[in-house]
Amino acid sequence: MSTNINDRIALPPKDAQTTNMTCHFCIVGCGYHVYKWDANKEGGRAADQNALGLDFTTQLPPMQVCMTKAMTNTITDKAGKRWNIMVLPDKECTVNSGLSSTRGGRMASYMYAHDGVGRERLKTPRVFKGDQWFDTGWDNAMALYAGLTKKILDNDGPSGLVYDCFDHGGAGGGFENTWGTGKLMFSALQTPMVRIHNRPAYNSECHATREMGIGELNNSYEDAQLSDTLFCIGANPYETQSNYFLNHWIPNITGSTLDKKNKWFPGETAAAAKVIIVDPRRTATVAIAEQVAGKENVLHLDIEPGSDTALFNTLFTYVVAQGWQNKDFIAKHTVGYDAALKTNHMTLAEGAKATGISVANLKKAAEWAYKPKASGHAPRTFHAYEKGIIWGNDNYNIQSALVSLVIATQNVGRRGTGVCRMGGHQEGYTRPPYPGNSKIYIDKEIINGKGLMYTIWGTNPFQTTLNAEEHRTVLRRRARIVNDAISRAKGVSTEQLVDIIYNACKYQGGLFVVSMNLYPTVVAEDAHMLLPAAQPGEINLTSMNGERRLRLSEKFMDAPGTAKADCLIAADIANALKAMYTKEGNAAMAKRFEGFNWKTEEDAFNDGFRRAGRPGVGPIDSQGGDTGYLATYALLRKAGNNGVQLPIKKVEGDKLIGTPIHYADNKFDTADGKAHFKPAPYTGLPARVLEQKNKHAFWINSGRANEVWQTAYHDQYNTFVRDRYPMAFIEMNLDDAKKMGVSGGDVVEVFNDFGSTYAMAYPIKALKPGQTFMLFGYVKGVHGDVVTDWTDRNVVPYYKGTWASIKRVGSVDEYKVSVSFKDRRVG
Amino acid sequence: MEDVKVGRRFFLKSGGAAAAVASSVVIPIHNANAATPANPALGSTTALAYPAVAVGKVKGMPVNEAVSFNYPDDSSMCYAIKMGVPVAGGVGPDSDIVAYSAMCTHMGCPIQYDGGSRTFKCGCHFSIFDPEQHGQMVCGQATENLPVIKLSYDAKTDTVHAVGVDGLIYGRQSNIL
Repeated sequence: MSTNINDRIALPPKDAQTTNMTCHFCIVGCGYHVYKWDANKEGGRAADQNALGLDFTTQLPPMQVCMTKAMTNTITDKAGKRWNIMVLPDKECTVNSGLSSTRGGRMASYMYAHDGVGRERLKTPRVFKGDQWFDTGWDNAMALYAGLTKKILDNDGPSGLVYDCFDHGGAGGGFENTWGTGKLMFSALQTPMVRIHNRPAYNSECHATREMGIGELNNSYEDAQLSDTLFCIGANPYETQSNYFLNHWIPNITGSTLDKKNKWFPGETAAAAKVIIVDPRRTATVAIAEQVAGKENVLHLDIEPGSDTALFNTLFTYVVAQGWQNKDFIAKHTVGYDAALKTNHMTLAEGAKATGISVANLKKAAEWAYKPKASGHAPRTFHAYEKGIIWGNDNYNIQSALVSLVIATQNVGRRGTGVCRMGGHQEGYTRPPYPGNSKIYIDKEIINGKGLMYTIWGTNPFQTTLNAEEHRTVLRRRARIVNDAISRAKGVSTEQLVDIIYNACKYQGGLFVVSMNLYPTVVAEDAHMLLPAAQPGEINLTSMNGERRLRLSEKFMDAPGTAKADCLIAADIANALKAMYTKEGNAAMAKRFEGFNWKTEEDAFNDGFRRAGRPGVGPIDSQGGDTGYLATYALLRKAGNNGVQLPIKKVEGDKLIGTPIHYADNKFDTADGKAHFKPAPYTGLPARVLEQKNKHAFWINSGRANEVWQTAYHDQYNTFVRDRYPMAFIEMNLDDAKKMGVSGGDVVEVFNDFGSTYAMAYPIKALKPGQTFMLFGYVKGVHGDVVTDWTDRNVVPYYKGTWASIKRVGSVDEYKVSVSFKDRRVG
Repeated sequence: MEDVKVGRRFFLKSGGAAAAVASSVVIPIHNANAATPANPALGSTTALAYPAVAVGKVKGMPVNEAVSFNYPDDSSMCYAIKMGVPVAGGVGPDSDIVAYSAMCTHMGCPIQYDGGSRTFKCGCHFSIFDPEQHGQMVCGQATENLPVIKLSYDAKTDTVHAVGVDGLIYGRQSNIL
């Protein structure tokens, strides 16, 4: 970003370097092209004078390109040479067909430039010396990190070493980096004290469906073009999987995929898809679906918070009473039907009472989704779910209820069906098995004074955990014990400093906190060491999207300073520990840290993803399965932005052949190959949550806004987002707001027994009385402060389920004059 | 002729490009990197040669309705709206007239003004923009707010002129073709 001029941009010349980039951000993983060229040159406006092949001598017609200033930047390489870059959506990518989302469209802006949005990036390791931060080199940082790690490992064992680490794909993740960090934590250090980026334990968000034999990503995006009914549960895809919705759902909703349906499914009744959306809130997706399909083709089931299990159990019971279940499929390919049917039994009246949905609408939902079509065929219904279930009232139970209904109606393994999570980040999991048999609630361990060293790796538990206020308060108190010890140490060697820190942690309740990240983030306020990480484009990185599509994002620029890929940071740590153990003659321990001799991200990819399932290799849990070895960087470069859908079946010539849909053969991922029903009784709200509901007037729902990616780690520096959301907004009912004297732009306090947070009031008609919706995970106004510490049996939080009181705190003039408080829905 | 009215914050948002362009005639900006189709003026810090184009007289201008005009040339449709209440950046006797490009910054689809919600809406990918908030994207897939058409008001003739653009118009390398 070298100019403030905002009415012109530079076009890439015909000879601009072009590389592939999968979007850093959401699970959809749209394909983009990166153009890079000498900053002193530019392409001409004539079509044959620029790399885009577009004629800019006259006004381009609509829908020809997404090309804005946000999609450009001027970067400087390590030799000081300046380059222009432009990052545009790829028209040939089947995922997005040339569409960019408001998040991915800003990728170019978020690539590092010394004077750009990313100017605050970490460029070198930093250590906190009690009262201020100092830059240092990797050798010095590793001596301290590895030195303290070794001391803890030797004296206290691995459980003194606590990690909060990403397990996803995209930026801050990827197969290379989940492997590098996983190999360090699980094989080398062997610590079970690990939690994942958005939850307080090392667990899955999809235990139930996996136990039932159905992986959570079991269809292709194309299937959403082919469904008779799109059953969207606790998801808001316009805002959170934008181009999946726009490029695959909308064409089906408008009926423009009818020819395809007729061709794929001859003899079956076909029509534009009907849409059922389960969400207590009227979302942007509901409004758009109604506008596109007509209200008569959209059924918004605005259920009572936390009653999803009752909804699915009622539908299951009703469907069976109507005889709409697939009896042949149930008999041949499933087990546990009778027990589930009995346990999950709920009449329409019971279901209506629990969910607040009328009996008529319950029946209508069942008819749309499961009643045989005019042609006699069972409808092809795609069940798409996300955080409404995953962060819902008992994740395990809701999933059990939903997937039982899906199995009974065989809405999996057939084209146009599926029961899939919609996803947050991209995926990219390849790790050795977790070294433990139980799930440890890590946040409580921290709160209870356990652990001596806490490494926060590409995550931000201050903004994205539950019971966040207590967690942060305790962590801060423990970190300050270490600060005090460090600040008293004068002129000490690194070895002496290790002892000082260790003693403060071991004997005084301190906690040494390290953060690997692109930016300092708010974690820096309580950290003692920051290590600079790199993002796709600065490194090579592979990930897979929500239809298991594996792509390679190619390196095209230098990372800032000495920032490096997380897998190479993990390797530095392991190699430093190996050297220390070797030096003291401890061959057994030195051996544990072998196998990190990586120079590049590709080395880590070859060591993890490509060795999974190979003869003689120990167990590796990999989303690439046993055929990951077929994927090489060279083949993935050739596969471009369309990549290959995992698992890979074979290689034909230089083409990777993948798997569009799972379970087409009715063989499920269980020991007996059958799909397992799972009883799921509806029991209402957990007592701990109910207690807050009984005390406080407002349901504090939470979730994402389209324009903000996760913790706003980039967005907080971008005026486009920051001007829109200077702090977390809370949508609330207009009349509720009026009663409290609250108007748009006022700051309100949201508080309950667990904590208190602030938010920017955003009153609108669309919210029901007593209900609110607060932006999750934002940099100012942390919703997690008021989330209870209740979790399900697998330590999965109920982020969506908390109640709190709200009071007006005051008004910020700046917000009043600079932020729009108009409804974010089209209608 | 009055100068362009901008709130302080608006001016800050506009950055350096908010130079006064208050003449009623086209001001050709010449420099060593003069724009040509093959070599558009890029990386320079000069303003583009925006023309001044009459949008219309304030008297008789409907309230809360979009009035279309073309700017800075005939292939770029824009909307002016008399909001009926003073808004930041508004011109005219009531400081309530604003104007924007009528092409969505995402993919150039024509936006529609909805007087009920007082927003612009794009029917292609459902982006929403607020004309009372400098074209801020309320929700949507665009990466830029709507380009603001800078206006000036001549009290003597009761005429509003378009005199510049803040933001890149969809489908252009430069706002001036």
